Amino acid sequence: MMAEEKYTPQTWPADPEKQTLEGRNKFIGFWLFLGGETVLFASLFATYLALKNKGTHVTTNELFSLPLVFVMTMLLLTSSLTSVYAIYHMKNFHFKKMQFWFFITVLLGATFLALEIYEFYHYVHEFDFGFTSSAFSGAYYTLVGTHGAHVLFGLGWITALIIRNAKRGLSLYNAPKYYVASLYWHFIDVVWVFIFTVVYLLGKVG
Amino acid sequence: MSSIAEKRSVGAVLWEYLTTVDHKKIAHLYLFGGGFFFLLGGIEALLIRIQLLKPQFGFMSEETFNEMFTMHGTTMIFLAAMPLLFALMNAVVPLQIGARDVAFPFLNSLGFWLFFFGGVFLNLAWIFGDAPDAGWTSYASLSLFSEGHGIDYYTLGLQISGFGTLISGINFLVTIINMRAPGMTFMRMPMLTWTTFIASSLILFAFPPLTASIFFLMFDRLFTTNFFDVTAGGNTIIWEHFFWIFGHPEVYILILPSFGIFSEIISTFSRKRLFGYSSMVFATILIGFLGFMVWAHHMFTTGLGNVANAIFAVATMAIAVPTGIKIFNWLLTMWGGSIKITVPMLYALGFIPSFVIGGVTGVMQGIAPLDYQLHDTYFIVAHFHYVIVGGVVFALLAGAHFYWPKMFGTMLSERLGYITFVLFFIGFHLTFFIQHFLGLWGMPRRVATFLSGQGLDMGNFISSIGAFMMGIAIVIMLVNIVITTVKNQKVGNDPWEDGRTMEWALESPPVYYNFKQTPFVRGIDTYWIEKMEGNKGLTPAEPLDDIHMPNNTIMPVIISLGLFIAAFGMMYNPMNQVGDGKPWAIPVLIIGLCITFGTMLIRSIKDDHGYHIPKEELMNDKHKGGIAS
Repeated sequence: MMAEEKYTPQTWPADPEKQTLEGRNKFIGFWLFLGGETVLFASLFATYLALKNKGTHVTTNELFSLPLVFVMTMLLLTSSLTSVYAIYHMKNFHFKKMQFWFFITVLLGATFLALEIYEFYHYVHEFDFGFTSSAFSGAYYTLVGTHGAHVLFGLGWITALIIRNAKRGLSLYNAPKYYVASLYWHFIDVVWVFIFTVVYLLGKVG
Repeated sequence: MSSIAEKRSVGAVLWEYLTTVDHKKIAHLYLFGGGFFFLLGGIEALLIRIQLLKPQFGFMSEETFNEMFTMHGTTMIFLAAMPLLFALMNAVVPLQIGARDVAFPFLNSLGFWLFFFGGVFLNLAWIFGDAPDAGWTSYASLSLFSEGHGIDYYTLGLQISGFGTLISGINFLVTIINMRAPGMTFMRMPMLTWTTFIASSLILFAFPPLTASIFFLMFDRLFTTNFFDVTAGGNTIIWEHFFWIFGHPEVYILILPSFGIFSEIISTFSRKRLFGYSSMVFATILIGFLGFMVWAHHMFTTGLGNVANAIFAVATMAIAVPTGIKIFNWLLTMWGGSIKITVPMLYALGFIPSFVIGGVTGVMQGIAPLDYQLHDTYFIVAHFHYVIVGGVVFALLAGAHFYWPKMFGTMLSERLGYITFVLFFIGFHLTFFIQHFLGLWGMPRRVATFLSGQGLDMGNFISSIGAFMMGIAIVIMLVNIVITTVKNQKVGNDPWEDGRTMEWALESPPVYYNFKQTPFVRGIDTYWIEKMEGNKGLTPAEPLDDIHMPNNTIMPVIISLGLFIAAFGMMYNPMNQVGDGKPWAIPVLIIGLCITFGTMLIRSIKDDHGYHIPKEELMNDKHKGGIAS
């Protein structure tokens, strides 16, 4: 099947992201990449747990406030849901609706990122808890900051896709691009679930 | 193509190589790049052996000696052995599975250029005067306190080239999963393809921990964080764990493809199907799996406790089982075969006993109580050179001779090849066998000199002589390459006459689209089956049709260059531990990152559909593309 061909809702295939060889390659390649990313975050989690509350004047219990983090979690989880809607519409060849839901995803993600920046700012100014303050602070900012950098990259990526394809609609050339971007977004969300549990919840109770 | 190539200017050829996405040309790049760093690492080795030629020899200062062995190890592992293996994988694997290219030609090129710029950055340390000096393992307890920027060249250079390796690993995985020709089931794949597959999955899971720990070390040294600073709550053992969680699989990343190369060579020149193919596949997978379970055997003396040491000791010794399976399979492949002695086969024959010695000393070190005696002595140095030189370098030299005709269309001289082998083989054992005893006699590794009258003089002298024999052998091989290239005598599809796998059905070197029609695979050793049935080429699996090809692009070079520039900004940022921050550093860092991410964005928004070679053009093409016609 040719990537540049024009489609109608009737002729649009069931799995548009896997119709071309490039699409199938991207699909598997990206899953494998996420496997590597998982190991990267596992390493960062392990380091965080090893250095948690080490050499610091302020402990997790005093530092974290769950209401803010809860709001952030809800925002990111919802953005994962809206990206599912977007892919649902991609599969049904509803380009406008797909673009809309991806736009909502970006909005939610950006709000999450803004809150995270506020959170970091708050820690630095209220608790004097900077990147170089202690072993604990370095491990905390590296883990949560790497996640934040992934969110930022994902926002840029999905925004670029929305703008680039705004005028030309869906094709088998850009369907795999949207699809792997949504995979990436889900991965970021899953990592956050672990951060919420291991860093924040265990920080409050553990 | 080749008739046109001779008329092109140097600039056009250079541009072609800078922009190429063809796996066969990228294989050339890896061979030249990796070969260059191999020579550099080799010269460093010779300088080390000159310093140790006699007791208290003042050939170089102790500081320089530290830099020398650090750069020797780092260069040989990251910048020589792996890229040279990538050269052979790139040249051969797509052909072995009947593919026209790898899954992501663009990423293939990007992987090479990241490796290349990372390697250049690391070696700029020599020019700017501060080479890394904390050993290739760069333990944080030592490297954190290293003066000057040496360690920063190490962290930044390896970070850049590490991204390249990870990208190449994913690329090979997807290529082997998705791009196999019809009929090429997993259990029909040639051994080199299988071992590439497993080594690539090791790369995928082993490099991220290295990336993480290098980030920690970089942050500690360049932004004064406290990951490894014990006074601020840090923990240097974290580095040791992550380094070896990467470092142990790394040695299997090197040795598994080497096993693959030898499997191809031994079955080709025994003119027999590989004995125990499925057990060979199983052993490869098992070694890959166990490779992740044994990292702490590098840390027996760190003090993890008896239970941890015992578990890792047992796991370590278990790896001898699948490796033993492989050794016996090679022996039984030769058993009853019609053996032809060629240069690659000689290396294979030399490899088996050499590698077994290295394996046996490995099991000795796996015995945790004994390791307390052996740790940090020359016994360790002897052991890992027996497996890395006796295994990986032998495989690279054998593979270079074996696949040279497929890569360049000419045959390296057999006579000079024999001389290289004999010198290298004798020199290798001369250098490293005695080092086992030097270690047992109490000579510690990584020490710049030794005193006379302690029984170490003669052993070190013999070792240095051996090193020079290996150096001469490599020089003869270079002469061989030059003579062969100047003579330029082209060879046919199957110059060894007994090729078994699909690459030998193609022209030497293959036409840029590899296969005119995708081949149909009917069993293990596809080309051998066709030859046995009297066919001159492969059976096509599809009618002749347009071929889709990717466009050349310069972007991978620019993306890599951006990171290279950013690395300087990172190193001289005002917060760095050395305290020589420069005002231009942050702008340079930002400019470099903008170049990289900007180029990625352009790549993303500019459509690149590639191009098609029309059917009519293919019909008139004199190249057969592997298909019998």
